[in-house]
Amino acid sequence: MSKIHVTTTVNGDPVEFLADPRDTLLDCLRDQLGLTGTKEGCGTGDCGACSVTVDGVLVCSCLVLGAEAQGKQIGTVEGIANGSELHPLQRKFIEHAALQCGFCTPGILVAAKALLEQNPDPTETEVRYWLAGNLCRCTGYDKIIRAVLDAGAEMRGAN
Amino acid sequence: MPKDDLKTGYRIVGTRPDRPDGLDKVTGRARYGADISAPGMLHAAVVRSPHAHARIIRIDASKALVLDGVKAVITRADFPTGLTGEDWNLQENTIAGDVALYDGHAVAAVAATSKLLAQDAARLIEVVYEVLPHVIDVDAAMQPDAPVIRAGTADHSVPEGMHPNVVKYIDFGHGDLEAGFAAADLVRAQTYKTEATHQGYIEPHACLGQMGADGKGEMWVCTQGQWYIRRMCSAVLGTDASQLRVTPSEIGGGFGGKTTIFMEPLALALSRKAGGRPVKLVMSRAEVLRATGPTASASMDVKLGMKADGTLTAAQVNFRMQGGAFIGSSPVGEALSCALACYTIPAVHHEGYEVLANRPKAAAYRAPGSPMAAFAVESLLDEMCRELGLDPLAVRLKNAAREGAKASYGPTYNRIGLVETLEATMAHANLKVPLGPNQGRGVASGFWFNHGGETSVSLAIGEDGTVTVSVGTPDIGGSRASLGMMTAETLGIPYEAVRVNIVETGALGVNEPTHGSRATFASGLAAVEAAKQAIKTMCARAAAEWGIDADAVEWIDGAAAPAGPNAGKFPPMSIAEIGAKMGSTGGPISGHHEVTAGGFGASFGAHVVDVEVDPETGRTTVLRYLVVQDAGRAIHPAYVEGQYHGGAVQGIGWALNEEYVYGADGRLQNTVFLDYRIPVASDLPMIDTVIVEVPNPGHPYGVRGVGETGITPPLPALANAIAAATGARLRSLPMSPPKVLAAIKAKANGQG
Amino acid sequence: MVKVNLWSGLRRFAADQTVVPVEARTVREMLDALTAAHPALLPFIKAGVSVSVNGQIVTDLNAPVAPEDEVYLIQRIKGG
Repeated sequence: MSKIHVTTTVNGDPVEFLADPRDTLLDCLRDQLGLTGTKEGCGTGDCGACSVTVDGVLVCSCLVLGAEAQGKQIGTVEGIANGSELHPLQRKFIEHAALQCGFCTPGILVAAKALLEQNPDPTETEVRYWLAGNLCRCTGYDKIIRAVLDAGAEMRGAN
Repeated sequence: MPKDDLKTGYRIVGTRPDRPDGLDKVTGRARYGADISAPGMLHAAVVRSPHAHARIIRIDASKALVLDGVKAVITRADFPTGLTGEDWNLQENTIAGDVALYDGHAVAAVAATSKLLAQDAARLIEVVYEVLPHVIDVDAAMQPDAPVIRAGTADHSVPEGMHPNVVKYIDFGHGDLEAGFAAADLVRAQTYKTEATHQGYIEPHACLGQMGADGKGEMWVCTQGQWYIRRMCSAVLGTDASQLRVTPSEIGGGFGGKTTIFMEPLALALSRKAGGRPVKLVMSRAEVLRATGPTASASMDVKLGMKADGTLTAAQVNFRMQGGAFIGSSPVGEALSCALACYTIPAVHHEGYEVLANRPKAAAYRAPGSPMAAFAVESLLDEMCRELGLDPLAVRLKNAAREGAKASYGPTYNRIGLVETLEATMAHANLKVPLGPNQGRGVASGFWFNHGGETSVSLAIGEDGTVTVSVGTPDIGGSRASLGMMTAETLGIPYEAVRVNIVETGALGVNEPTHGSRATFASGLAAVEAAKQAIKTMCARAAAEWGIDADAVEWIDGAAAPAGPNAGKFPPMSIAEIGAKMGSTGGPISGHHEVTAGGFGASFGAHVVDVEVDPETGRTTVLRYLVVQDAGRAIHPAYVEGQYHGGAVQGIGWALNEEYVYGADGRLQNTVFLDYRIPVASDLPMIDTVIVEVPNPGHPYGVRGVGETGITPPLPALANAIAAATGARLRSLPMSPPKVLAAIKAKANGQG
Repeated sequence: MVKVNLWSGLRRFAADQTVVPVEARTVREMLDALTAAHPALLPFIKAGVSVSVNGQIVTDLNAPVAPEDEVYLIQRIKGG
């Protein structure tokens, strides 16, 4: 099966790769582009560890084909920080001990960033429902929710 | 509420600094099992049995092998013969011999130049099976007509006349059971069942293995224990342990499930057969659920005797557990030992059976065996308290195990903190919150032994006086931070001046995995001892320079100083000064400690949960949740709270949602997270915690280990809360909406 | 004599005793004496048991035991 030449933008950088028609965007990010921050926890869109944004829309990259990335703007965990300056969410996750093993963390950060961009002042319930597609087995979510709420407050200038 | 026998007033211990690996883990830089590639790397795929029990008649790989890019296919024929005991179990579970023993059992594996090609090739490998009768349920597997899974497996403990699937028998106890029950005002007996659940770590098993024809190899793998991987892979492959160098990746959760091997030897065997090219093997979620460590399913009888004032007079438990098709994999011994450990009861008897079933080989799961046991015992205790009109927490306190009392499993307890834990629970504000209609409150206690084990730690002073610590226990939940904190505290230097590295198998003596809640306890103990050894050397270097006796030098605030005015007047010599000149004062300075750590202290917990049950759907909503647990000493309280949160929520999942669902054909029906439903953020409230600190005298900072106890009380606490809310008592898990609804209806029809 | 408490399932392999007195100064000598007196216990000891001395699990076979110590053999515990 011949491969498809894909030209796209990841975290603002122009990239190109050859995708097997069956390769997911997740496979292409990890195996073709070496962006292994995005994780595969299930491959069926249930766990959210592979969350990325495609043209600003939050998706599971295991449910998107690599070929579909053509001409899009892809955002991954590697693009959340501005150089060495961490995004408030990243700082708050460390500060609140909101990660234990850290495997779900990239997907949750990408998802939480998308939430705060669309709803800068979410309630606890809104955060919980927004992140209901991101499984974490270590933390019981408590400190994750606190970190997201605190990051939102900081970004609003509320503290 | 510290009950301090040990020193307090630490500089660093008890604070909440950032974890050292935090930055890597929020930026996507941290490298997990599947994140590494190597030049010339091949990808592997595994062929698995679609049958619960089947004889393997023929494996034909010819169609796969003709594909360009397919480099090797392996079957059991590529592994050595003659293994015995647990080594044979590990080999048999890695790749089936004559018979596939469960749905998902590996029968062949293939390595090829791409992941897709390996998967295509695996589909072309033809396996001819003769399907055999299977058995899934633990009670059914003991029945006379149950298919025999492997005759002759039973060990010496099993009395004659039992079904060949019964492979272990355990009994122990003390006191006069008959007199104990006779002295009771109320005697009740019930039967409880729990289904198997999976540890559910989000990172699937993954490794990159390389091995040459000379038996020398390397492996990168997500594991709780790199030395276990080394020993087990070497045993399965018939190679020398020291020739395999195992480097642990960051680990995306384990909970006991990554303390053993499942597919790692396949990567090495494929590499060996493919000319030594590195082979990457990453499981799918379905493979994880079908073929890696779930916990046991259990069927349990409990009988308790209680006086009208709540005093327990006698207890009898009989547990049956299956841990798959392999002996020694169920935690029935642990379950029995934990079952009554929270109480002082004059007469107790425990009896247990391990039973084979056509299921995957069970692995350890957080406090193995204790949650099931607690579900049975704590549920019945709650029922009896309600029947006698007694406060369930007051009854737990009245009967609580305490220092000097005889433990249910035999010995006398040393310093333990159950009484303090229960008192803190009873004082908590959550107990005063009024409840509304369809709401109920449940409480339960829990116990885990904790563990010490083989531990080797090295510590080296840098040329600038900063310190590296090499430990062998992978960091799953922040142990780099707690180990760095204890090291810095002991050395009297800033936390930031210490780097803790998790090292490969060549760098230290053998370490047991991060299991048994032991990383902060045992690696911490060894790191403190290693630091003390380095301090002794540094004091000696200062003494030599000052020309005084080494005994006249003491270590204060990160520097050597003369001990008192008689030792001489010298300004303190800092660790940085000593480090800068160590090359010319006797050579590099390091500390090292090796120990099979004893001295671990049990951790007790108590949980209180408020639920609301929807009488229309049977759905249970957790309104409020409180975890109170004795940490001994919380080195980094935020990560202790994290363990309490995580344990509680795994327990909530086990109680309400999670179960292995098998079809009549013996195949696992729920092999994706959509169907194997672990708790999600919107299912839960915040989890309230109270860290009780009754220091463990067996650890320099009083650490007990906190990882496991927290999963134990939620199962019965939820059952007790649902009973309080609905009047319906559920005695089998999970308490999923259809089961709760059926129980409510049965209650309404007078059958409850 | 050190009094070794067995779990009751071992009774039938130890001449119907649950407390076996043995001459021993260390854990190793205690286990050796136990299996010398009751060879049927050997498979259990070899399969792995935990030894509790005065309420602490002892992992060092050279650890001392004295007649006044409380000594229990208990099921070996695996952690998660």
